[in-house]
Amino acid sequence: MNRRALLGAAAALPFLPRPAFAQQATITGAGASFPRPLYDRWGSAAREGVGVALNYQSIGSGGGINQITARTVDFGASDAPLAADQLRERNLMQFPTVMGSVVLSVNLPGVADNALRLTPETIVEIFLGRITRWNDPKLVELNRDIRLPNLPVSVGYRADGSGTTWVWTTYLSRISEEWRNGPGAGTSVRWPVGNGARGNEGVSNIIRNTPGAIGYVENAYAVVNRMVTTQIRNKAGNFIRPEPAAFNATAAAADWSVPNFAADTIDLSGADVWPVTSPTYILLPTNPVAERVDGSRNTMRFFDWAFRNGSQAARQLEYIPLPEGAHNAIRAAWAQNVKDPSGAAIWTQAAG
Amino acid sequence: MGERRRIGETGDLVFAGLCRGAGGFVLLLLGAIIVTLFIGGLPAFRAFGVEFVWGLNWDPVEGREEFGAGVAIFGTLVSSILAIIFAVPVAFGIAVFLTELAPPWLRRPVGTAIELLAAIPSIIYGMWGLFVIVPFIQYNIQLAFGEQLAALPLVGFLFQSNNFAGTSLFAASLVLGIMILPFIAATMRDVFSQVPPVYKESAYGLGATRWEVMRGVVIPYTRISVAGGIMLGLGRALGETMAVTFVIGNANRIATSLFDPTNTIASVIAMEFPESLSGSLQQSALLAIGFLLFVISFLVLATSRWLLRPRLK
Repeated sequence: MNRRALLGAAAALPFLPRPAFAQQATITGAGASFPRPLYDRWGSAAREGVGVALNYQSIGSGGGINQITARTVDFGASDAPLAADQLRERNLMQFPTVMGSVVLSVNLPGVADNALRLTPETIVEIFLGRITRWNDPKLVELNRDIRLPNLPVSVGYRADGSGTTWVWTTYLSRISEEWRNGPGAGTSVRWPVGNGARGNEGVSNIIRNTPGAIGYVENAYAVVNRMVTTQIRNKAGNFIRPEPAAFNATAAAADWSVPNFAADTIDLSGADVWPVTSPTYILLPTNPVAERVDGSRNTMRFFDWAFRNGSQAARQLEYIPLPEGAHNAIRAAWAQNVKDPSGAAIWTQAAG
Repeated sequence: MGERRRIGETGDLVFAGLCRGAGGFVLLLLGAIIVTLFIGGLPAFRAFGVEFVWGLNWDPVEGREEFGAGVAIFGTLVSSILAIIFAVPVAFGIAVFLTELAPPWLRRPVGTAIELLAAIPSIIYGMWGLFVIVPFIQYNIQLAFGEQLAALPLVGFLFQSNNFAGTSLFAASLVLGIMILPFIAATMRDVFSQVPPVYKESAYGLGATRWEVMRGVVIPYTRISVAGGIMLGLGRALGETMAVTFVIGNANRIATSLFDPTNTIASVIAMEFPESLSGSLQQSALLAIGFLLFVISFLVLATSRWLLRPRLK
């Protein structure tokens, strides 16, 4: 018994990693394009900070799930959380990294940034194609102080399957039973009206070129490109501007103690919350094979470092960092769920 | 001598074997692609039956997936046929100009320019379509006289649309038309220049005008090859992906007007494949419409071969 263990250790010796300080470890991840700018920023900083280099490929959430299911990468990334049974069947655990918001952008001559006020009811009617002109009485009544032009409403949406669409249609399904039973929520849905384009840049192009256009884009994209956004009335009945204070209020109001961190952050009931905010997730195998154990450990070390040092970078890029309590819950979940082939936890406080 | 001959024979055998292998490889590859697409699409064909081919619903939402290729097939065929309608008259004009009218010193530069059009990557056409053609349609056609066009008797419905984003069936057809123009023009020029001069000179000798010579001699002599060239262009238009995706509006709805957005098979695949989960019904449906596109392209090429058949005898 003893001899066998010794032999095993001797055989494994050439494959053991050299200590981290002597060598740069590389982890590979693939998935959602929404958090890519942040992961790239974290990746270049973490090389110095924790000695882990990140190779992240933004192939889309679906691609990320496919890749991590096939175990060709160390971690996958998805904007939408996986359901408990999907995680179990693929032997994965998930945890959120940051949150992002989806905002509405419009092209209405003479209407200033964040001036237009929209209610859930009017938003649904616009996206169902029932409000077809901007001087519709319902919109005029909400916006007495601005002059709404007599322009046709042109809806723009993402034609490529995307997490942004999932977040936006989840919101629409939440606020309208008709939308829930009609187009529903998903990474791509059957849009009743409008034009599709590829990526945030495609949707913003539709909006920029079409007077009377409205479309949903990621907040980070809207901020960087100085797009004209709108207020939305939240569940508490207050008109909210898409600004960091409102996003942070959502992150603070979310309940992170739910199983698999699949916190419901859409249309929360706080007074100041922005209603369309959602976390983005990392998928990690719970049973990495022997040669992937290091990748798994380094992935957790990478995100542990990012949770401790990366919030500033996240805010600069218009992402919303998670509260401290959520970070601790995620570390506890790593220790509890991710096991090496011998059944021992890969994440220990010492590993960080 | 005999020794050398034997070596020559062995060389011949090896050469023949290699050539047969290369020919067989192409067939094998083609067959493998068809079979792979069909097997990948089988779950979708099973789930929706023949109706998959003309079904108009494309609903990838989890839990109530329903897929039909009708809209994508409609968009693919209509945009390609419209592209042919736009491209053929212009290509004909170019070919006549180059073979009959242009002074010899101009033929080469214009001919080269046409061929260069074919070398432009399709993504460039897509960007140009999005930034030039789409706003042009929006402002100079739709907003300028969309209402007057929609009021026309009989054909008015073709222009009646609530879509003002400019990305539309019309934009896609226009961009496709320009993309396939060089293929059709080059084929036409080549076949027109192969008409024996004695035929044309006889017609001119009888007092025929240039147009009469084109209509009575050149076109009848070359019409089958011309049809072959048009079919080649159609084949290219059917499978075009990036340029169309940029400008067609990507809406899974039947376009009832030229200015409505719709979708094509290639564009649906390009948009939705990266996000589809492996093994899902959505991925299977995407492979299935890929298979249908293959079948359509095959039928178009087979038709062009069939048109060329009298020539091949």
